[in-house]
Amino acid sequence: MENILTQAKRVAEEAEVFTVSSEETPVQFEANRLKHIQSKQSTSVALRIIRQGKIGYATTTELGDTQNLVNNAVETAQFGMTARFELPSLTAYPKVDIFDPDVESIPVEEMVKLGEELITTVRGHTSDIVCEAGVTKSLISVHIINSRGGQANYKESIFSLGIEGHLIRDTDMLFVGESQSSCHPLLEPKAVAEVVLQQLELAKNRASIPTKSVPVIFTPMGVACALIPPLMTAFNGKIVLEGASPIGSKLGQPVFDEKLWLWDDSTLAYRPESRPCDDEGIPSQRTPLIEKGTVANFLYDLQTAALAHTRSTGNGSRNRGGLPAPAPSAFIIAPGNTTFDEMVNDIKEGLVVEYLMGATQGNILGGDFSGNVLLGYKVESGKIVGRVKDTMVSGNVYQLLKQITAIGSDVKWVGSFLNTPSIYCPSLSVASK
Amino acid sequence: MNWRFYKLALSMTHIEAIGRQLALKGYSADYVEVRLEESQTSRITYRGRELESIGKTSAIGGNVRALVRGGWGFVSFNNLDKLPGTVELAVKQAQFVGNEESQLAPVEPVVDTVSSQEKNPVAMPLAEKKQLLDEYNDIIWHTPRLQTSIISYDDSHKKVIFLNSSGSYIEQERSGITLRLTAVATEGSEVQQVGLNLGSSGDFSQIKGLHHQIEQMAQRAVELLSAPQVKGGEYTVVLDPVLAGVFVHEAFGHLSEADFVYENDRLREIMVLGKKFGGAELNIVDTATIPGLRGSYKYDDEGVPATKTYLIWEGKLVGRLHSRETAAKMKEKPTGNARAINYRYPPIVRMTNTYIEPRAASFDDIISDIKEGVYAKNWYGGMTSMEMFTFSAGEACMIRNGKLAETLRPVVLTGNVFTTLNNIDAIGNDLEMNQGGGCGKGVQSPLPVANGSPHIRIHHCLVGGR
Ligand SMILES: [Zn+2]
Repeated sequence: MENILTQAKRVAEEAEVFTVSSEETPVQFEANRLKHIQSKQSTSVALRIIRQGKIGYATTTELGDTQNLVNNAVETAQFGMTARFELPSLTAYPKVDIFDPDVESIPVEEMVKLGEELITTVRGHTSDIVCEAGVTKSLISVHIINSRGGQANYKESIFSLGIEGHLIRDTDMLFVGESQSSCHPLLEPKAVAEVVLQQLELAKNRASIPTKSVPVIFTPMGVACALIPPLMTAFNGKIVLEGASPIGSKLGQPVFDEKLWLWDDSTLAYRPESRPCDDEGIPSQRTPLIEKGTVANFLYDLQTAALAHTRSTGNGSRNRGGLPAPAPSAFIIAPGNTTFDEMVNDIKEGLVVEYLMGATQGNILGGDFSGNVLLGYKVESGKIVGRVKDTMVSGNVYQLLKQITAIGSDVKWVGSFLNTPSIYCPSLSVASK
Repeated sequence: MNWRFYKLALSMTHIEAIGRQLALKGYSADYVEVRLEESQTSRITYRGRELESIGKTSAIGGNVRALVRGGWGFVSFNNLDKLPGTVELAVKQAQFVGNEESQLAPVEPVVDTVSSQEKNPVAMPLAEKKQLLDEYNDIIWHTPRLQTSIISYDDSHKKVIFLNSSGSYIEQERSGITLRLTAVATEGSEVQQVGLNLGSSGDFSQIKGLHHQIEQMAQRAVELLSAPQVKGGEYTVVLDPVLAGVFVHEAFGHLSEADFVYENDRLREIMVLGKKFGGAELNIVDTATIPGLRGSYKYDDEGVPATKTYLIWEGKLVGRLHSRETAAKMKEKPTGNARAINYRYPPIVRMTNTYIEPRAASFDDIISDIKEGVYAKNWYGGMTSMEMFTFSAGEACMIRNGKLAETLRPVVLTGNVFTTLNNIDAIGNDLEMNQGGGCGKGVQSPLPVANGSPHIRIHHCLVGGR
């Protein structure tokens, strides 16, 4: 690595070398039984240079091929964007615990047992369900050095446990599922299975809902499908800078219901999205995005922050191996004090949305979403009466979150990127067959 | 275990040199295969007025897959030096998993070298690529009331070596180009966007000369600011060839992938060959054999030759897409549809180029007797859960009394595979293939595919709206 930096410094004013290597062991079950054990090793090096004031970029998986890497970076720098930022010098990082040595030492045999237990529990409830399950452990190590003496080094462990069940009765298909991840080993498959059992219980009966507007509860999973993708775009400093974010000019203004609080946080202990610094070596932080309904901040990397005359929030991310760009780490929505049952009890006729298919295919920038309710339940007179089908819902995130009836006390992690309670809104358009 | 492996004296990790020396016979496995891959890509993005990022990548890597008593082991790596140990690890994993009989449809071993039909687009001067993108971006920025533009251009070239324990040894080269352009218009806190997605199997000239199309795209984004949203409900819907291509991919293509079906007894009953899904005019095809399309190849990632497979013939289910394992377990013929996005993943059953065959109706025939309907065009995306699917149109307008009427905001449509295909009551004569799409399945995304169709009409289609 040092050697790449040295060679790059000969042809460029500034240089930064980012290396990530990972080892991943997925254990996969198909059709209720063990099918695949895999082991994946990968290494890649990314070189970013500033040459004649412009940014050049190249990556490779071949550690030995330094000359080609430097040449590619120099070639792209002719056309690159003018660099407006300075790479960080040696910086102190917050202590963020994301490595548990126990993950590495879990034997494959035990991972197989966890998967089997997951499937057995779900099939114990519904014997004709067909399950796919996955148990995965990963170890990641990241190393950053730059020409200003900046340096970062960290190791992370991730363990994940997931199941998807598929139940067919005649030509009716029901999908249920849950997955959880952590930097600790997850050794309680019952906790994951429990979520699936609850979905199966609620979906036992069928119900239908007419084409009209009704009150709606988005479960944490529903929040993740419908409401979060537009917000992740809208708070991206780059979209704001381009003038394409509907809230870009609303900093300090009340845009959302005052019950709503949202943070981006990459410092939570033992969470897979946490880390001591971002992919440019900027210290991790907790950034308030919505405080009491008011727009509080946007997310930045170094270059975008410089263009916007502000500071990086430590959100520089090399998604898909490209140049750093602003990206959220984990979104955290503050819980309210209404229980899920209290919300359901409050509804005369309405809908609980658990999984929405196709919601991210519309005009995300504008906050519009529209999707098929793949898993959702009808509420009648304060009770969940059954699962709805052939039903579409449509709305706009900014209109929905302007007036929230209640925020749940039922916070939960959805994947690794969102921690949220259920959100109860007064009205959503439903179209059904 | 009397495996043979000749370690190279050369320190150079050239995949051909390694591949030609590797022998896979003699392991205690029912089947072993190795894929080695060398690839280069370049990527240019614009956000707004300026070029945002430009970069080049090169990668080398490989994998080993082993089958023992029905269980699979798979190891992927960037470091090719440890290859013999890697083969043993994959075999050991498979031994741990397997507890039944291995089943793979028989395929003749192949020794072949397939070079790319196109020039390597990655090797083209960056200046030439940038100049075209600059021209396109200028057009978008010359549109009044336009807020910003997003452009991403990607090209790739790769060489893949496949060898297996039955004696196949195949070298294949592939290239690809994708270009996505989005124009964003704003007014107050209203934001609207229109996109254009294009691709080719490496031929750069196919993304040249789009100036007029891009100008129209940018103008449409501005028009959408004042367009109404459709009222949600059931409509007679006409799909343009681009969107109908997405429809056939989502509505039926994924369900015809045999890995969903082969180990699920209920699904096997539902998806029995001969079952009626649509009207007598409906033919649906998947084929990787058409030169120049992004989903085309000579051999799939299990070394099986590409075929042309009718999925639906005259409305009835007549075929499905297979890997060697799904074909054997369903006692059908392999179709050469096992594909992996790269060496980090094992091949799984995927589509290639999927389309509805054209019939006789002209566009006027299709819309002339519609009193109130929706004409949906262009492509935002699509998803399926097999039974239910959604697909979204980038552009739409109402059809009133047989004529195209007011412009609408983009619409999302949904359907049910067991009823919607039956509701297709007109198929046009104007088949077009779209090359701009990428398909995702599980974690493997995006895979190059092409979709196509003539204009089609669907009655009783559910459209989301307010
Ligand atoms: Zn797809």
